[in-house]
Amino acid sequence: MAAPPTVIEQPIPTPQKPGSPVIAFENVSLAFENKTVLDGISFQLPAGESKAIFGVAGSGKSTLLKLAMGLIKPDSGSIYVLGNDVTQMSEEELFELRRKVGMVFQESALFDSMTVRENVAFRLMEEHSIPEEEIEKRVREALSFVELEHTVDLFPSELSGGMRRRVAIARATVTRPEILLYDSPTGGLDPVTSTTIIELIVKQRDVYKTSSLMVTHRLQDAFTMATHYFDRKTNHMERMPQGMQCELPMNFLILRDSKVIFDGSLLDLQETKDEYIREYIS
Amino acid sequence: MELISPTEFAKEKVEAVQDYAVLAGRSVSNLFRHPRYFGDILQQADLIGVGSLPIVILAGLSIGAELALNSAATLEKFGSLSLIGQLVSVGMVTELGPIITGLMVAGRNASGIASEIGSMVVTEQIDAMRALGTDPMKKLVAPRVVSTVFMLFFLTIIADLLGLIGGGIIARLIFGIDSRQYWSSAWQALAFRDVFTGLLKPLFFGFIIATVGCYYGMSTRGGTQGVGKSTTQAMVASSVLILIVNFFITKLMMAILGAH
Repeated sequence: MAAPPTVIEQPIPTPQKPGSPVIAFENVSLAFENKTVLDGISFQLPAGESKAIFGVAGSGKSTLLKLAMGLIKPDSGSIYVLGNDVTQMSEEELFELRRKVGMVFQESALFDSMTVRENVAFRLMEEHSIPEEEIEKRVREALSFVELEHTVDLFPSELSGGMRRRVAIARATVTRPEILLYDSPTGGLDPVTSTTIIELIVKQRDVYKTSSLMVTHRLQDAFTMATHYFDRKTNHMERMPQGMQCELPMNFLILRDSKVIFDGSLLDLQETKDEYIREYIS
Repeated sequence: MELISPTEFAKEKVEAVQDYAVLAGRSVSNLFRHPRYFGDILQQADLIGVGSLPIVILAGLSIGAELALNSAATLEKFGSLSLIGQLVSVGMVTELGPIITGLMVAGRNASGIASEIGSMVVTEQIDAMRALGTDPMKKLVAPRVVSTVFMLFFLTIIADLLGLIGGGIIARLIFGIDSRQYWSSAWQALAFRDVFTGLLKPLFFGFIIATVGCYYGMSTRGGTQGVGKSTTQAMVASSVLILIVNFFITKLMMAILGAH
């Protein structure tokens, strides 16, 4: 049996108190052209935790992330991000808040007219006050985190799908945000590349203690996150010993017919009696 | 094709005008807010202004030459061929220079702006920009508006000058008019109101080209097909708006500064 994990040697402190919600949805509803997408959605993401969001295609998973980011507004309900009600904030106020939240888009959404360096440095350059040397150092660090330092001068079109996702992760994490939102980070990727991406997400969770919401279709990715930790000694993701997996800050949320039908841990998921969920995870 | 009720159609159009007005208003108000993207303004000035130079030079020369060629026959009937310089200069500076330059730049850049921003919309790059804490209205729209207004002003001056040169070449080579007489007639015919009207128009046209291009780009829906649609609509709408606004500016300036 593997030795009990020493997950983090020098954790980077987060401003939020552990356990206090960094994201809270309260009775959120949204419809597009008279079609209900979300109906009375309520859930919380405690600080330092990761939550995987499941649901069939079109169930409103990606919409949840866009709502949390304030990119779209709900028809009713409240969404609190780091204590701020994003439904009541102006676009100008949201720009400030979004600097504390990183998002990895479904198709990476890298700026195709910019190099990898410019993409990753984008947010830092937008600060207009960070010296060039500092930007270069932090871009190198972020790219080194995703092991893509050698791609700085390439354009997104010159990268593979998996590399683009990794650059998107570097871009989202370069400012060390308090929350990360991943929209299908492994969608359309081969299993090996998917594992690399999940390892990076686990690394972000365990090394930087970043809270995250992850939309995914791939159950195995979320189960990997719920059963593995990042070991800084080996610099790899390792399986958590049986019986200790509940200690990992990982939860699951399942959407069905515009509503939340499950919100709980891996253990709760495995013990659920709900026929639909049992079929979904089988 | 899906049929929609007249009420829905009217609502859509009113909403589109409202959205365009908001975008145009914000593009102006953002000029007075930080951050200002001077690098992007210069890049766009190069793309829009310098990139449009060859086509504007060609159009200016060609229109000036054709204006001289076509008007010469009528002027000759009245024995006033010497007035060809006057006709070309007033025609080019007040009307044809701004209109032709505006339409050329609209064809090239309103569509270019719409397709570039439209592609960014459908690939979620605009959402990514917002998610990264940057206002696309400041980063993308404002620099394009400033650059287009600024560069169209100078492109129009270049087109006017090239039109006069084109007319002068035709007057000299085909009708044997002395070059000194042509330029003297052309210069003396220009009054303050002509120059003022001619230089006021590109400021409006530049604003129309950039804001219409950005509006159609930002409102792109439906993937690559949507980008194509936005591109065409931007070109058509900006050209039509330029023609309409041109009429009203001419009329207004006539009322304020007096007609010939």
